[in-house]
Amino acid sequence: MFTEIATDPGAPTVTIVFEGREIATRAGATVAAALLAAGELHFRDTPVGAERRGPYCLMGVCFDCLVEIDGEPNRQACMATVRDGMRVERQRGAAGIGP
Amino acid sequence: MTARPDIAVVGAGPAGMAAAVAAAEAGAHVMVFDEQPGPGGQIYRAIETPGPAGDAVLGADYAAGRGLSRAFRDSGAEYLPGATVWQVSPDREVGVSVDGRARIIKAGAVIVAGGALERPFPIPGWTLPGVMTAGAAQIALKASGLAAADAVFAGTGPLLYLIVDQYLKAGVPVRAVLETTPWSAYLGALPRLPGALLRAGKLRQGLGYIRAIRDAGVPVIRGVSGLAVAGDGRAERVAYTHGGHRHEIAAEHVFVHQGVVPNVNLTRSIGCRHDWDPAQACWRVATDAWGATDVAGIFAAGDGAHVGGAEAARLGGQLAALGALCTIGRIDAAVRNNRGAPIQHALAWELRPRPFLDALYRPAAADRVPAGDDVVVCRCEEVTAGEVRATAALGCLGPNQLKSFCRAGMGPCQGRLCALTVTELLAEATGRPPDAVGDFRRRPPVKPLRLAELAALEPDDTDGGDAGP
Repeated sequence: MFTEIATDPGAPTVTIVFEGREIATRAGATVAAALLAAGELHFRDTPVGAERRGPYCLMGVCFDCLVEIDGEPNRQACMATVRDGMRVERQRGAAGIGP
Repeated sequence: MTARPDIAVVGAGPAGMAAAVAAAEAGAHVMVFDEQPGPGGQIYRAIETPGPAGDAVLGADYAAGRGLSRAFRDSGAEYLPGATVWQVSPDREVGVSVDGRARIIKAGAVIVAGGALERPFPIPGWTLPGVMTAGAAQIALKASGLAAADAVFAGTGPLLYLIVDQYLKAGVPVRAVLETTPWSAYLGALPRLPGALLRAGKLRQGLGYIRAIRDAGVPVIRGVSGLAVAGDGRAERVAYTHGGHRHEIAAEHVFVHQGVVPNVNLTRSIGCRHDWDPAQACWRVATDAWGATDVAGIFAAGDGAHVGGAEAARLGGQLAALGALCTIGRIDAAVRNNRGAPIQHALAWELRPRPFLDALYRPAAADRVPAGDDVVVCRCEEVTAGEVRATAALGCLGPNQLKSFCRAGMGPCQGRLCALTVTELLAEATGRPPDAVGDFRRRPPVKPLRLAELAALEPDDTDGGDAGP
């Protein structure tokens, strides 16, 4: 799994919740980096074949790291920054339209 | 109300930063829209906020980006990080979202410096969690100091060796490097070697990485074909053919790479002319020596226009700035040509090894167009090579008609991860060259835009603006 190559105990951390699991992570990290460092590779299930997917490009072009963030679906985990208390869920299939 | 920019720059990698610096130096009001939280692009990702991986791990070429980012910060160019450009119109209206608010800003000239992306690598299992690009591995290292121990790196191209070298410098063990450079590529590259030898330092640097990797005891297996990743819901093992036999290695992380190609979605959606580049097997926007496209006032620079690396991108950004300054009347053609001459000379020198590198690292046809019918080509809509071939057999001639048959290219990535494969697949299936097959029509918005943002879109609020949605 992904681990930090050097730890900095003094670095500020925030806590996010992924699928009900609390994950402590570096402030300023992307959601994708936080989940990868917590050993998570399964970010979403595809709309067509319900296949598991995770980050592929980490630069905002592949859209395979889609998650639901604080109730908003189809967010790119690699482009979103963590915030304390952020609730992240897997994107399961296609998102509904409207609230 | 802000003043309408003379020049809008999309992207803040080496090309975008250099363009902004050069344009601002000439007194132009420059606005730079960058999707990232800080300048640097992907090559100098997180250059201002280094994580645990310092310059000792990332190397001198990475650290060199800091000078440019400082010059950019000091340039007086207006910088908007976290800004997603979802449209540029042929009339130079830039549609951009920052913090969930969409705006349209009209500029005198637009320089598109959106960069490259890694060429699709359609192999069995490339959609499994745990399979990522080598570029993604590098981004995790640069931006977050994250690395995955005992990963397998597979593919071809200079970046593959660079990231493995960085992993080893960071003390992260690497299980194996599987090199897919076809033997024929060495022969094809040989006649182009003399030109490249003029820049022998660059070539030595690459050979140095390979030596360091071997010295570290990492198996480097050359002439690999038939890559395939397998596992139950995630990558567990990678199989390959070498020396006429199938082999298999256990790996939870497989980092694949076979070069980078221009990200053409924005320039395509503006309506700029693009041509097939047979040497790099990709589309590239047609420009003159100043980066001007065939759409008035729209310029393109950097690896998003033509892949040449960071230094070529920096020089190309400067040339595009001169071109744009001339177009908006800030400088005349004589000044542009005068200032541009030494930059063009430096760019030609920088590009000397390119024909050699392009020939050597041109991925094998079998790695660009999957032989197996069950390989996923369009990751978003989960369309396989077999479905594309079957559609071609029905008489489908082009990528746009293909969408109606099987939705390939219609998912959220908007064809970025499948367009090249689809074009080459259809070329193979219909016996026509790629430029005759064509490309997906890329339309705005080139990045997803929430309906609420579109509905709340305000008219151009820049000084003198009148452009509505």
